[in-house]
Amino acid sequence: MDLKKKYERPVITKNYSGLMNKMGSATLTPPKTEICSVPVKRLVEQYGSPLFVMSEAGIRQNQKNFLRIFKTRYPKVQFAWSYKTNYLSAVCSVFHSEGSWAEVVSEFEYDRARKLGIKGNQIIFNGPDKNRQSLKKAISENSKIHIDHFDELFDIIDITNELDISADVAIRVNMDTGVYPKWDRFGFNFENGEAWNAIKRIVAQKNLNLVGLHTHIGTYMMTADAYRIAAKKLASLFMDIKKEYDIQLEYIDLGGGFASHNTLIGQYLPAEELVPSIEQYADAITSGIYDVQMRPDEMPMLILETGRALVDNTGYLISSVIANKRLSDGRRAIIIDAGVNILFTGFWYKHKISVAQDSGYHTEEATIYGPLCMNIDCIRESIILPTLNRGDQLVIEYAGAYDVTQWMQFITLRPNIVMIMSDGSVELIRKAESLDYIMQQELIPEKFQKK
Amino acid sequence: MKYHIPESLAISDSGFLFFARTGETFTLNQIGKEIIRLMQEGLSLDSISTKLIETYDVDEITLQKDLHDFITQLQLHKLVEEQ
Ligand SMILES: Cc1ncc(COP(=O)(O)O)c(C=O)c1O
Repeated sequence: MDLKKKYERPVITKNYSGLMNKMGSATLTPPKTEICSVPVKRLVEQYGSPLFVMSEAGIRQNQKNFLRIFKTRYPKVQFAWSYKTNYLSAVCSVFHSEGSWAEVVSEFEYDRARKLGIKGNQIIFNGPDKNRQSLKKAISENSKIHIDHFDELFDIIDITNELDISADVAIRVNMDTGVYPKWDRFGFNFENGEAWNAIKRIVAQKNLNLVGLHTHIGTYMMTADAYRIAAKKLASLFMDIKKEYDIQLEYIDLGGGFASHNTLIGQYLPAEELVPSIEQYADAITSGIYDVQMRPDEMPMLILETGRALVDNTGYLISSVIANKRLSDGRRAIIIDAGVNILFTGFWYKHKISVAQDSGYHTEEATIYGPLCMNIDCIRESIILPTLNRGDQLVIEYAGAYDVTQWMQFITLRPNIVMIMSDGSVELIRKAESLDYIMQQELIPEKFQKK
Repeated sequence: MKYHIPESLAISDSGFLFFARTGETFTLNQIGKEIIRLMQEGLSLDSISTKLIETYDVDEITLQKDLHDFITQLQLHKLVEEQ
């Protein structure tokens, strides 16, 4: 057999003085040929492309690390896994086995947690839309109901009276933490006294046990200091309740919102250099609590509902090159088989994208498009990549948060999701959709049915 | 089909291309450099493809497509003239 040379597409790039050396600009990231020691090629051969890959070891490592960072600063810490961030059963199971409770924002998510065997009293039920049926279920299963508005409070009073049972409740508090936009559409406002009003009403009800205070000040928070302000306000409310009503609440819940290391579109510097570390967030929260005078034995449990910062870097999307193209002005375009329908976070993140095979040193600027027949389907406006052949793979990193919950089926079927287990084996954790699976929900009116 | 490479175009072994007529410089990868060299020797596009298929691990369709794209780039930068 004659040994032929490895082929690479011929390319020429113009040099602009001062910007590039004679090698063209360097490949920015080395090829990512393996995910958790499993070859990308093998994953694609076995499970197809595109393919989402989650790492069990990655999730465990993050959760252990976060827990350690908080526990070394505060005595009582409990994480509650934010289901909306990634509610795949396998993913939730890893978090639960690390000791996390469930944080849910809909009946759908509530039922998912129950199906995984999570006890009601370890489910935090958040969100503005809790219908009567879900409230009845959650109250009788003893879950922690975080009340969002007065209408919900009256529903709960009504239900507990009707069923003659009691409910464990907290209120969601919104507040000014110095950051904009203010998330004041959720919960009761701190500064204008609305939160205190809600508390007064709750403690006057014989069937309601006020057990905690909750806030979630925003997502991808770029400043840790906002958490210090939030923690201090919640802790002072906690002490006010103690003084006024002699009620010792079980916990204060600071919600989620820590930034992950995914870089936002429009951010010039990589996220690692811009966003606070988890230690900084933890310092801010705990110093905010310590700012309020309380005895060690009366300190409440601190609950955290961290989402994206715990899973973003444990998920990958493998995608393959469908075609190489030139735009009308000669710019290079690459079409890949994963679009914004499955990489929903591509709308606001500049994900780290690496090639999955060794390629030449020659790089060229390119735009990456998805396969959808829509102009909005752009995965990356501009990226420096080596030449790629049809069928080559790219690995899109930091795809663990919100993609597999906010994705859309649109004009195609959603792909397989696998988990690389801690022992290196690979398990399918969500099967690719089939046409039958999608169409079984549809009904064809009699008169359109083919006889 | 044959393409003419202007006299005032020089390439180094490392793939650095200098176009004296405009003062522009370009960077080529290994195979791109080889193609320009073959064009300078006066080979037709067909003979260039045959040569490349002999040396590289590539099928004809892929190569034709990539060659076409490459030549479009050269034309865009006015580095070749069709003969
Ligand atoms: C109430 C609540 N808790 C937790 C989270 C998780 O947030 P993040 O993924 O920003 O940590 C969210 C997300 O919006 C939320 O609304």
